[in-house]
Amino acid sequence: MSSLAVARADHRGPRYVEDVIRAAVVLTMFWGVVAFLAGVVIAAQLVWPQLSFDSQYLTFGRLRPLHTSAAIFAFGGTALIGTAFHVVQRTCRARLFGGAPLGWFVLLGYQFFIVTAAASYLLGITQSKEYAEPEWFIDLWLTIVWVAYLVAYLGTVLKREEPHIYVANWFYLAFIITIAMLHIVNNLAVPVSITGSKSYGAWSGVQDAMIQWWYGHNAVGFFLTAAFLGMMYYYIPKAANRPIYSYRLSIIHFWSLVFLYIWAGPHHLHYTSLPDWAQTLGMVFSVMLWMPSWGGMINGLMTLSGAWDKLRTDPGLRFSVTAVGFYGMATFEGPVMSIKAVNSLSHYTDWTIGHVHSGALGWVAFIVFGTLYYLTPKMWNRPAMWSVRLISWHYWIATLGIVLYITAMWVSGIMQGLMWRAYDELGFLQYSFVETVAAMQPFYMIRLLGGLFFLSGGLIMAYNMWRTIRGEVSASAVAAPRAIAA
Amino acid sequence: MFMRHETIEKNVILMVVLTLITVSIGGLVQIIPLFTIETTIERVDGMRPYTPLELLGRNIYVREGCYTCHSQQIRPFKDEVERYGHYSLAAESMYDKPFQWGSKRTGPDLARVGGRYSNDWHVAHLVSPRAVVPESIMPAYPALAERKLEYADIAQHLKAMRAAGTPYSDEMIANARADLLAQADPDADPTALLKRYPRAVVGKANGQAEGLTEMDALVAYLQMLGTLVSFGDLPPERLRQ
Repeated sequence: MSSLAVARADHRGPRYVEDVIRAAVVLTMFWGVVAFLAGVVIAAQLVWPQLSFDSQYLTFGRLRPLHTSAAIFAFGGTALIGTAFHVVQRTCRARLFGGAPLGWFVLLGYQFFIVTAAASYLLGITQSKEYAEPEWFIDLWLTIVWVAYLVAYLGTVLKREEPHIYVANWFYLAFIITIAMLHIVNNLAVPVSITGSKSYGAWSGVQDAMIQWWYGHNAVGFFLTAAFLGMMYYYIPKAANRPIYSYRLSIIHFWSLVFLYIWAGPHHLHYTSLPDWAQTLGMVFSVMLWMPSWGGMINGLMTLSGAWDKLRTDPGLRFSVTAVGFYGMATFEGPVMSIKAVNSLSHYTDWTIGHVHSGALGWVAFIVFGTLYYLTPKMWNRPAMWSVRLISWHYWIATLGIVLYITAMWVSGIMQGLMWRAYDELGFLQYSFVETVAAMQPFYMIRLLGGLFFLSGGLIMAYNMWRTIRGEVSASAVAAPRAIAA
Repeated sequence: MFMRHETIEKNVILMVVLTLITVSIGGLVQIIPLFTIETTIERVDGMRPYTPLELLGRNIYVREGCYTCHSQQIRPFKDEVERYGHYSLAAESMYDKPFQWGSKRTGPDLARVGGRYSNDWHVAHLVSPRAVVPESIMPAYPALAERKLEYADIAQHLKAMRAAGTPYSDEMIANARADLLAQADPDADPTALLKRYPRAVVGKANGQAEGLTEMDALVAYLQMLGTLVSFGDLPPERLRQ
């Protein structure tokens, strides 16, 4: 039924809300460039610390949350809102519940959240909980927007004309519900004053650590994984014009993924003051998580069976498929790093940063690129993207950027971990801490170069999108497919 | 089984409820026992809530995002214990809102940095890190030495901490301002302060500046990190979780 629902839904439907989606496409592109640029800036600061210019507003400590929030919440979140509205209307053959007004409220309300959060970090207003930095008043606003998002989504599914709820919707729904739960529990706080920004959280110490990483890891699990799997389950079959490989696998994939992910948080707290039983649970479930993750990867990749040739002619689809490949790689590396013996080396080092970026750049950003390359011509009624050749350029420059980034971080992470624990022949610690910092510099430069490549790819894409939206027809749109095939 | 899955696929409310149950289980099992098992926090002496000055210093540490590069969590490995000191206890962060264990060591761990360097070293290092450690990649924070510390609402801070579960007494809240000033004044009588906050270190870090600066508060916080629990006379069974 799954393929049928997708195939039929696009054919003819009610008048869909599409302006909101078009706006989300453009905003996603904008935030992507902002996030990549912020990443390049802080990568450069780790090579040349003078680049904070002694300004209190431009220190790594304030810019790093700006970069992570721009990547996860601004770029990723805006993509998810836009595609969720697109997928839910098409697969349910129903106009968005609440129509354009509710859709605009969700999208623009979310943009307001992003801008407020970004400004607050620069001003030093932060809870200092990773990926949950915004203070209480921003959290309250996000809660309102998120409830509106759930109402719009759920309302649309409720009034659907398809009897079945297509699998992409399960993932989007699980994402919206779970993020609501995590956001509320992790951010409970008492403000110092109702007119001030500072608050103190409801939790402290070891319980706070556990709740934060229950939140933090599932920001990865549900925001950056489940939701983007929803994207995979709709856009890859659409772009490949093939049904999902296995319907049963998608059922197993869904329920095992949402059940197991939530347990994985304690692997961020191995060998800390968190009691051992919790660490062990976190490790065991993280290793088990490998299975549903690869189930999902297989389901995504095998959807291409019989249509692999499209990878040569459709570089947009190539992005999506490579994304699934990176997803498989990152979800293998993750369980390995969650094993305590490995984690004792990898934790606190750049290996973690490299792992995160193979997920964030390879999986999240690539699946968004693939989706936007599919969605942009569709939403603006263009025959194709302005330049297919530029998509190919973007693909290779971005892939090279990722490879430079993650290999540099593997080397620097493992090297630093080993240097920390190295002893000399007299039984003394061999390296002072700052010697291990100095040893990182060449790898931080390679990482910066990788980031610049990725940013350049983003700018190429933005340019291509702009020309496509303007409705220009390029000679290469016709010529390029042959060039690539050859 | 797959026939029955159709029921879920056709009923979105059922799907939402089942999803919510499925995603709740892991968190419930991992989080609730941390509040109910008494040994989660080791039974050690010496822990107390932060003094008003330390608390404001901690808020500056939080504001500047120091956690993005510094952990405050020493793992029980030989090299870490030799480099940083005794491994961290859950008890040592029991009054931390939020916890600052961190996840990355671009700089060294700070869980026991208290008392390791002089106040002058900290001030010089924060104002210009590379003047003290040439290879350092830490940003410079010259503004901290000049900005006045805002402490007019210090009692409000303690009240909010108490509302969120920290055992600040009425006496501590009533004397918040006096304690804050007493800790930063080497000439003041610290008796009352030390009675309320044992082991508080009295002194003004930023001697050059007139009045209290943010630097004074931040250094007061750094200088107390990891100093409250005495490990010398601690029987091992008290450390069992």
